[in-house]
Amino acid sequence: MNSNKSTECNIICRLWEKLKKPSLRYSLGALLTVGFVAGIIFWGGFNTAMEMTNTEDFCISCHEMKDNVYEEYKQTIHYSNRTGVRATCPDCHVPKEWQHKIVRKIQASNELLHKALGTIDTREKFEAKRLKLAGNVWTAMKKTDSRECRNCHDFEFMDFGTQGRRAIRQHSTALDEGKTCIDCHKGIAHELPDMHSIDPTGVIGSN
Amino acid sequence: MINKLSIIASITLGVLAVTTSLQSHSAEIESLRGASELDRTSSAPEHKRYAKDGRPIARDYVQQPPLIPHKIDNYRINLKSNKCMSCHSWKNYREAGATKISQTHFEDRDKHVLANVSARRYFCTQCHVPQVNAPALVENEFEPITAISGE
Ligand code: HEC
Ligand code: HEC
Ligand code: HEC
Ligand code: HEC
Ligand code: HEC
Repeated sequence: MNSNKSTECNIICRLWEKLKKPSLRYSLGALLTVGFVAGIIFWGGFNTAMEMTNTEDFCISCHEMKDNVYEEYKQTIHYSNRTGVRATCPDCHVPKEWQHKIVRKIQASNELLHKALGTIDTREKFEAKRLKLAGNVWTAMKKTDSRECRNCHDFEFMDFGTQGRRAIRQHSTALDEGKTCIDCHKGIAHELPDMHSIDPTGVIGSN
Repeated sequence: MINKLSIIASITLGVLAVTTSLQSHSAEIESLRGASELDRTSSAPEHKRYAKDGRPIARDYVQQPPLIPHKIDNYRINLKSNKCMSCHSWKNYREAGATKISQTHFEDRDKHVLANVSARRYFCTQCHVPQVNAPALVENEFEPITAISGE
């Protein structure tokens, strides 16, 4: 094996041989600088591309989102309120920290696949899949202790004294009971899916 | 001939009477928006605010659907979900610290008791309404019975 190594060397291994040899023409400093600059450009470009997909405009550029969840969200407090401070789609659906964001973006490529397949391209198909989609979000938020909500709403800084009677009572005991925002605030930004399987006492009909 | 003339005269008189009475009436008629010319925009009434969350409001008669003592902005009620029941159902009322819906909410119109909330009681805001801080539109002197007021 070792003896006929040079004869079997293909393109890739020849390239590697070349790369392995120290450069005679360029100084180490120049090479490092070029590498550094290229790195910045690549990284910057990558991040910019990622941030471009992190806007409300991008999220609702497909009709599946625009006609369903966006229309519903427009009726809610996170779209329009007293102070004019808004929460947009990525605020609630894309983590802020880099390592979590990358994971979410990779999941999103799966969603693009389903966009291409037309999995939810009508209101009926969307409604049929809604329980599953909402369930994914609930599970994720439960696991992260509703991290995205807490990016804006911090329990530590909530002045319970200025909240409503029901909020005070629930918030002052919620944390001790190990509850998280999404346990009590489902449907805060969109219509809910059919909730029969979640809470049969909450919907009409008997199952 | 005389007969014909008198008929024409009475018809003319009648029409005259009706039009004048209509004219005098139309000056008195005022829509709920108040008196304002058709081609002009009337000024908007003052914006009323819903009362903040508070204690249950005393009832005025026994069969009264209690008033809602809290905000209900964006609480959806449809065939897929009912936000009110996430706090007022028999399963959830304890954790929510809310009043549970009473037995009558399980009865259909023949008084058969169902296993879950009845269709005629599903759309809560048909009967239960929140309050705004506003003077009464119509004066009224209703007094609750002794069983409620204790007087
Ligand atoms: C980008 C920041 C941001 C994020 C993320 C966010 N919110 Fe909010 N939230 C707000 C703002 C701003 C308001 C409105 C404050 C106002 O003007 O009343 C608000 C209001 C609320 C209210 C009050 C509703 C009412 O009717 O008074 C609730 C409940 C709430 N948010 C829950 C959540 C939950 C649950 C999440 C996570 C799923 C979340 N928020 C994520 C910024 C945010
Ligand atoms: C145990 C249930 C429970 C949990 C957990 C919970 N909330 Fe609430 N929250 C309520 C209730 C009940 C209200 C009042 C009713 C309503 O707004 O629908 C409320 C109201 C609010 C309001 C409006 C307050 C006001 O009076 O203006 C905000 C903002 C809010 N919650 C944010 C959060 C956030 C953020 C979290 C997670 C850190 C959270 N809540 C966790 C039950 C809960
Ligand atoms: C305040 C936080 C918040 C904002 C803003 C928000 N969402 Fe959501 N979204 C949620 C939560 C929480 C769920 C889980 C289901 C539920 O409780 O309604 C969800 C669920 C979804 C789902 C799954 C299907 C469903 O309806 O349950 C989709 C798709 C979605 N959101 C897209 C969007 C898009 C697109 C936007 C921007 C127009 C957006 N969301 C804005 C919190 C938010
Ligand atoms: C987040 C939980 C929650 C939701 C959602 C909710 N309520 Fe309530 N409701 C309460 C609580 C708690 C009380 C009791 C108030 C108190 O004692 O402070 C109450 C009180 C009431 C009362 C007064 C009961 C009495 O005995 O006087 C009525 C009526 C009522 N709610 C109707 C509704 C309707 C209708 C809806 C839906 C549009 C609704 N509620 C949604 C928690 C809730
Ligand atoms: C057709 C009218 C009607 C509808 C719809 C209706 N209610 Fe009632 N509700 C009443 C009346 C009347 C009472 C008082 C007498 C009684 O208990 O039947 C009442 C009483 C209540 C009480 C107080 C119970 C008690 O023990 O004092 C609560 C809480 C309540 N309703 C909640 C709801 C909720 C939540 C819904 C929606 C799921 C709803 N109601 C739908 C008429 C209605």
